Amino acid sequence: MSALRSSLGRARGLGAAKDGVAHWWAQRVTAVALVPLALWLAYSLARLSFADHAAVTEWIARPWVAITLVLTLFATFYHAKLGLQVVIEDYVHSGFAKHAMLLLSTFATFALGAGSIFAVLKIAFQG
Amino acid sequence: MPLAERPLSPHLQVYRPQLTSVLSFLHRMTGVALAVGTLLLVWWLAAAASGADAFATVQGVIGTVIGQLLLFGWTFALFYHLMNGIRHLFWDAGYGYELTTAYRSGWAVVIVSAALTVLAWVLGYTAGGVL
Repeated sequence: MSALRSSLGRARGLGAAKDGVAHWWAQRVTAVALVPLALWLAYSLARLSFADHAAVTEWIARPWVAITLVLTLFATFYHAKLGLQVVIEDYVHSGFAKHAMLLLSTFATFALGAGSIFAVLKIAFQG
Repeated sequence: MPLAERPLSPHLQVYRPQLTSVLSFLHRMTGVALAVGTLLLVWWLAAAASGADAFATVQGVIGTVIGQLLLFGWTFALFYHLMNGIRHLFWDAGYGYELTTAYRSGWAVVIVSAALTVLAWVLGYTAGGVL
């Protein structure tokens, strides 16, 4: 197997794409994290279906709830970012459109992640 | 650099849909749908952080018929993507590639996802005293 690789390639360690496994692994790590976290979120939101504003903010402000929410949101948006990236790369091939959509999805997931985590922290710290 | 327009060999028009291919497509589609659905989640959290008025607005939208339909679809997308995701993780670990196993796990995913969706909605309506 290593006969198919140049010495320089073997020394550098990376293939033509430079990086790919990191993306695949991060997707799996966030997926594993999301198994319990997403179930917890779904259950919690179902229980809060008809709750009023005071009850919802009281729940979010609880320290362990806020922490778990932040972790869930982080894992969700990272997982979504990676997933959308793969979908875009699969279907959009023209140079500009592909890069534009990749940038847009990356920025959007980060922005939504930052916004939602900020909202949780604001509720948690304001009590 | 412009890409030359070359023809693709037909796939969707040719191959008969099977559980494996349909569930795979559904996994991707629910993933995209969930990503779009995060907009509602962020709106809901931002509204909660803003105040009672903003929160009442978003709750009102969610409470409409269309809102409930979308939320129901999103719930199924969540549980389906979650269950099929677990199925994928087993594949990543090297288990379950035999055809019979893949079909059994596939049907299990569909059934469990539907059950969890119904369960979540029963829980939601019960918590609100509607049921």
